[in-house]
Amino acid sequence: MEATIATDSTGTSWSGGNNNPLGASYGKMMMWFFILSDALTFSGFLGAYGLMRFKFIDSWPIADEVFTHFPFLHGVHAPMYYVALMTFILIFSSVTMVLAVDAGHQMKKGKVTFYMLLTIIGGLIFLGSQAWEWKNFIGGSYGAVQLNDGKIVQFVDASGHQIELEKFAVSSHSERTQLTRDKGVWFMSESSLPPFSVEEVIAGFKANPDISIRLEKIDPVTKTKTIVPRAEAMTYLNETKAVVKGANLQVNEYGKPLFADFFFFITGFHGFHVFSGVIINIIIFFNVIIGTYERRGHYEMVEKVGLYWHFVDLVWVFVFTFFYLV
Amino acid sequence: MTTHTQEHTPHTGLIWKVFGILSLITIVEVILGILKPESLHLTKILGTSPLNIIFLVLTIAKAYYITWFFMHMADESKSLRRAVVWTAVFLIIYLATLLLIEGSYLNDVLSPLVKWSY
Repeated sequence: MEATIATDSTGTSWSGGNNNPLGASYGKMMMWFFILSDALTFSGFLGAYGLMRFKFIDSWPIADEVFTHFPFLHGVHAPMYYVALMTFILIFSSVTMVLAVDAGHQMKKGKVTFYMLLTIIGGLIFLGSQAWEWKNFIGGSYGAVQLNDGKIVQFVDASGHQIELEKFAVSSHSERTQLTRDKGVWFMSESSLPPFSVEEVIAGFKANPDISIRLEKIDPVTKTKTIVPRAEAMTYLNETKAVVKGANLQVNEYGKPLFADFFFFITGFHGFHVFSGVIINIIIFFNVIIGTYERRGHYEMVEKVGLYWHFVDLVWVFVFTFFYLV
Repeated sequence: MTTHTQEHTPHTGLIWKVFGILSLITIVEVILGILKPESLHLTKILGTSPLNIIFLVLTIAKAYYITWFFMHMADESKSLRRAVVWTAVFLIIYLATLLLIEGSYLNDVLSPLVKWSY
């Protein structure tokens, strides 16, 4: 074996010896190729999203109408601002990371520690923001009904803006309660019930003459969802199967279930990357504090986790474009 | 390892400059995304709206700045840079092209079969 392995590694460090193919150290080169393979994984996911989006190009949910929440602004239609904020948080934590790498090159332990700490905090804020985004998406905004063939029908007021179910549905006393495990047999339960029954929504619709419905279908000229005149609306509502509020993997009030599936999967997979990045950053942060890299004579480890952290930022740039902008 | 023994001058100026560029691009994207000017949003070029093309170009510009200056790809050897970047760019373009063409085809076949009136 000695003849084929041209290293003089003594087994004391995991450096891959003194050979530096492509002019990079073992760890750094491997990090680059890990990032390459991870980038291809993400492109596979985003590519699948693109495939399904082109398949349903005439009825895909419009992102501006889905992600409209901003902290402390209740009921205000604020598309994009929140994701823009999340993007800035991540870009800024990338900046502090690259500042930590830069300080590492100059062997300034104090600065590396400080910037690593800022990076970790930025990552945690981003994770919290993503949790809040998920909470809003799962909780929903207006509510809708689902027809027997699975299509989603939303309600609009006279000006064509979406209207909440609470605004018009007639509340009647109902005996229906949610089945939970403590009420029946242990293996039987159901997800939380929608706020209104189908009958209550339809009764409310009939009682309010200025409400109409909106289909998933996008008008190709105006790129907005098609509004059905009230006179024809009941032919759709007679087909109602269920009331939908919010989003889960089976159904969502914004339209195609695939939209929510891809959103949960891709942002979830990215969020998991951010989470592991934060954990790795914390480990390196403590290694910096106890002086591991000072003794080693270089801060290359900070550079390597930095590569991973920037990659997470890079992926977010694409997720931002394909989920929120395009 | 040997590359780190030499003197390093701080690159903080460059880092903040790149941060400025990335922020500026993001702000432009968000403004365009909120306004959605009709001349860019409702017209069609190369199979999509000019607005989408603009978003795509700006995204790739951001990716370039992050990779080259935050991940220091500019300082790596040419061979490593090409091994990583060319592989990714080629495979991603290949995959995206095929998937999007197939997606349009699925839409052509499927959408006439979907009933929108009752």
